[in-house]
Amino acid sequence: MNYGIPIQYFLVLATIMFFAGVYGFLTRRNLITILMSVELILNSVNINFLAFNRYLYPHQLEGMFFSLFVIAVAASEAAVAIAIIINIYRRFTTINVEDVDEMKF
Amino acid sequence: MALNQIMFILFSAMIIVFSILTVTTRRILRAAVFLLFVLVSTSGLYFMLNYQFLAAVQLTLYAGGIVVLIIFSILLTSHISQKFESPGIKKVIFSALAAFAGAILSIITILDYQFSATAEAAKAIDMKLIGRSLLSVEHDGYVLPFEVISVLLLAAMIAAIVVAKKAGPNKSELPTIKQE
Repeated sequence: MNYGIPIQYFLVLATIMFFAGVYGFLTRRNLITILMSVELILNSVNINFLAFNRYLYPHQLEGMFFSLFVIAVAASEAAVAIAIIINIYRRFTTINVEDVDEMKF
Repeated sequence: MALNQIMFILFSAMIIVFSILTVTTRRILRAAVFLLFVLVSTSGLYFMLNYQFLAAVQLTLYAGGIVVLIIFSILLTSHISQKFESPGIKKVIFSALAAFAGAILSIITILDYQFSATAEAAKAIDMKLIGRSLLSVEHDGYVLPFEVISVLLLAAMIAAIVVAKKAGPNKSELPTIKQE
């Protein structure tokens, strides 16, 4: 299996990826790049699930099915988000989050 | 150094470098391509962990589906050669500080914790087992989340069509579902 690679390596890798996503989520202003940061975050969580499943509980399948469902949720989320983004672009001709403020008080 | 360690270092270096580039590059199309690299190397990691089915799902669904969707919407909504103005220095500093603090806290916790594996033998994962567990109502069955996710996918599909549909004769209004 994975001899010579401790589980901590996978977890540290997923942590770095997760916080890269958090950084992008905080600094970006374009809606599509925010969506890409969210995809990064979801992906790092999947790595965590699979590493835990493989290293700590190899006789079960919980982590694998959970990440399968996370992938499905991410796919539907991306589809709906992009539909909304295209609709916003049609209405405001921009997808910058700071210019789209018509529904604010 | 064993081959799998070399592969792990390669994949993790690619993931770290390209995920940081994804959130820092100022050209949006490049960000999408870097995201594609991240997702492909993640599926390489899944292959290393012996989850072949999930790696294939990752490749087809993420790298093949979501990234293509993102690139299409980028091409529809912004100019290819357009560059973002860089976010304010204050915003960058505080976001980087928050991300660094969180990352260091999590990494310290991870390295500090003693993980203990179970002694039970590993289960061989083949397609038959995956399919049977997805549709089983027994102890290790996942039929309820499977049904829930299928309803979610149907709802997302209908929602995407309704939301992105062109407005009717009155172009200025948002599309709405017609009431009987």
